[in-house]
Amino acid sequence: MEIVKLTIDNKPVVVEKGTTILEAAKTIGVNIPSLCYMKLEDMDFENKPGGCRVCVVEVEGRRNLAPACKSEVTEGMVVNTHSVRVVNARRTVMELILSDHPAECLTCAKSGKCDLQTLAQDLGIREIRYEGEQSHYKGDESPAIIREMDKCIMCRRCETACNEVQTVGVLSGINRGFESVVATAFEMDLDHSACTYCGQCVAVCPTGALTERDSTNKVLDALMDPSKTVVVQTAPAVRAALGEEFGMEPGTLVTGKMASSLRKLGFDYVFDTDFAADLTIMEEGTELLGRLNKFLKGDKDVKLPILTSCCPAWVNFFEHNFPEMKEIPSTAKSPQQMFGAIAKTYFADQLKKKREDLVVVSVMPCLAKKYEVSRDEFKVNGDPDVNISISTRELGQMIRNANIDFAALTDEDFDRPLGESTGASVIFGTTGGVIEAAVRTAYEIQTGQELEKVDFHELRGMEGIREATIDFAGLPIRIGIAHGLGNARKLLEDIKAGKSEFHAIEIMACPGGCIGGGGQPYHHGNVEILKKRQQAIYAEDAGKTLRKSHDNPYIKKLYEEFLGEPCGHKSHDLLHTYYFDKKKKIEI
Amino acid sequence: MANIKLPANKVQELKDVCEKFNHDKGELINVLHAAQGIFGYLPAEVQELVADQLNVSIAHVYGVVSFYSFFTMIPKGEHPISICMGTACYVRGAEKVLDEFKRLLNVKVGETTPDGMFSVSCLRCVGACGLAPVVTVGEKVYGRVSPEDVKGILAEYK
Ligand code: SF4
Ligand code: SF4
Ligand code: SF4
Ligand code: FES
Repeated sequence: MEIVKLTIDNKPVVVEKGTTILEAAKTIGVNIPSLCYMKLEDMDFENKPGGCRVCVVEVEGRRNLAPACKSEVTEGMVVNTHSVRVVNARRTVMELILSDHPAECLTCAKSGKCDLQTLAQDLGIREIRYEGEQSHYKGDESPAIIREMDKCIMCRRCETACNEVQTVGVLSGINRGFESVVATAFEMDLDHSACTYCGQCVAVCPTGALTERDSTNKVLDALMDPSKTVVVQTAPAVRAALGEEFGMEPGTLVTGKMASSLRKLGFDYVFDTDFAADLTIMEEGTELLGRLNKFLKGDKDVKLPILTSCCPAWVNFFEHNFPEMKEIPSTAKSPQQMFGAIAKTYFADQLKKKREDLVVVSVMPCLAKKYEVSRDEFKVNGDPDVNISISTRELGQMIRNANIDFAALTDEDFDRPLGESTGASVIFGTTGGVIEAAVRTAYEIQTGQELEKVDFHELRGMEGIREATIDFAGLPIRIGIAHGLGNARKLLEDIKAGKSEFHAIEIMACPGGCIGGGGQPYHHGNVEILKKRQQAIYAEDAGKTLRKSHDNPYIKKLYEEFLGEPCGHKSHDLLHTYYFDKKKKIEI
Repeated sequence: MANIKLPANKVQELKDVCEKFNHDKGELINVLHAAQGIFGYLPAEVQELVADQLNVSIAHVYGVVSFYSFFTMIPKGEHPISICMGTACYVRGAEKVLDEFKRLLNVKVGETTPDGMFSVSCLRCVGACGLAPVVTVGEKVYGRVSPEDVKGILAEYK
């Protein structure tokens, strides 16, 4: 490793050759302001178009200011990051950017969380001396994502997320000069493109150009309607991140406060998607063993590896890109949809209500779930199993609207029966968690033996693709894990080429899994936040008495009273689904 | 977007071009150039085909097509009208002639009339300066055109 010594703001710095001034400054605690630049460590995400010039610094001996995010350090370099010249240049750049930006902060969905706004405040911009024409672009409202491209500053972070990390490739810079903007092919709306609604473009957008479709008003309408019983479910990853919306340390678990705030907001039943995650394991695990045992008996037609199907963005991805393999994923619905299907049958029956009298709301770390609830196959006579899906951020907004002092809430529990869950279901929120939960249950069913150790550290971590072999009492089960759709694509190409050796593969669309979902509090490029959420998830699991899905007493009861058997007739009707070929065909 | 059917022989021709360029992503601009030569313009279907052949995203292809003004997504009219804007033609009033075409056809430069009959474009010097201002319709060349002649020229093709 070659080493470079330099001076930044009079402090000596030693870094590896090839480091940028910006990254070098970080090592001594100097944060040079930046806007277009973003790097997500370990996530294959690096966006440095060098376009905005907010990060300029003065390098002794050079005539021009240098963009710190793009300039590599050299031996003996002397850098000044806050000379008057630098600060003035930054302010000028900022004013130029703002001269083509609608000043709508008061009503903008991103206000208070917007990198552009923060920077304008930090630089103390009080007037914009440049006046010119403002660019206007077509807006776009898809079921999950709103694009207000007048607010786009052309940092191109969204392109990097969509094209390089997710390899979905629906976004590209188009046109030139003043007309340039990030758009889809032929400027179609997102819902006519191959967009998966993973929301990773929203997660990295510094401004209000990309945001989720806000459904909080719909939830309020339901809560105010006396004829409706409003039931809420919360996904595993929400409890590990919601606290951040209220300034709490990343990684603070707020399960109890979340339940209590939902009750305060007026939901009639506060339930947990974790219950449905346990149910998913019963179904998906049974399906896995079904295929595996057929395979072991010599059935050549059986589809292996089985792929998990809990992530709706991942489902969209294979429907668009690998429809010829749509028989491989598990047919199990996502936990969100399993919950809805059970709530509107089993639970509605218990309440002696019609399914239409229930409104099921889901709180998700995810934007793809907003699209998922709108899919026709998840409706019965037009009535959706889940009526409204809101993000972690939107729940934060509702709690603030209602003037609830979140930090001061006392912990409360979920309601029964659809609020009981095991540790296995909590870890659904992180990469590696679904397959670990499945292993805990499948092992015991397959071998008839009790697991001594339920923690499978070999399945945990943050690398994009991981593999492990788990010993099922002499039977080696090979498991693959991918998070981020670009990594998923690699495993799928292997399967397509007949090179895959796995029995089962877990796939989550978002880097880190749902803890890094497109609906989570913004991480502003700090990957440590995702790691802390992951630790919180495993801590919640470790603290539970029950840690295997099949031990959940209410799941047992559900099968006894209502469903019969996992993968049985009724389960198939309610808890399994089918997939579509959405590949665009070229007309020739 | 209305789907159009691409003629099979032209599709094959484009595929051969891609083959010749080894399906190399780096040759996207050259492939698009050739595609426009084959089809006369670059409709969505052609861009999709190119994306497929070079294994790049369709958004990226569109990004490139929309960046370069040379590329066009609008088919030329049955009778493509070109007005020379070279210096000689320009000083002799080519712009007024152009304006008259635009007015009568109600299109902008680079556009095609809704019935697909006429498209209007500008040319750099065609080398017939003695005849300035020069207008071509398809293969036919008109010299010393004045705005008053425009109506008559169009009438020949209706
Ligand atoms: S939601 Fe995901 S797939 Fe869709 S445009 Fe954004 S990054 Fe691409
Ligand atoms: S939409 Fe957002 S992320 Fe994408 S280029 Fe514009 S400002 Fe950047
Ligand atoms: S990984 Fe989780 S948050 Fe991301 S799209 Fe999939 S289900 Fe949604
Ligand atoms: S942050 Fe360095 S140029 Fe934009």
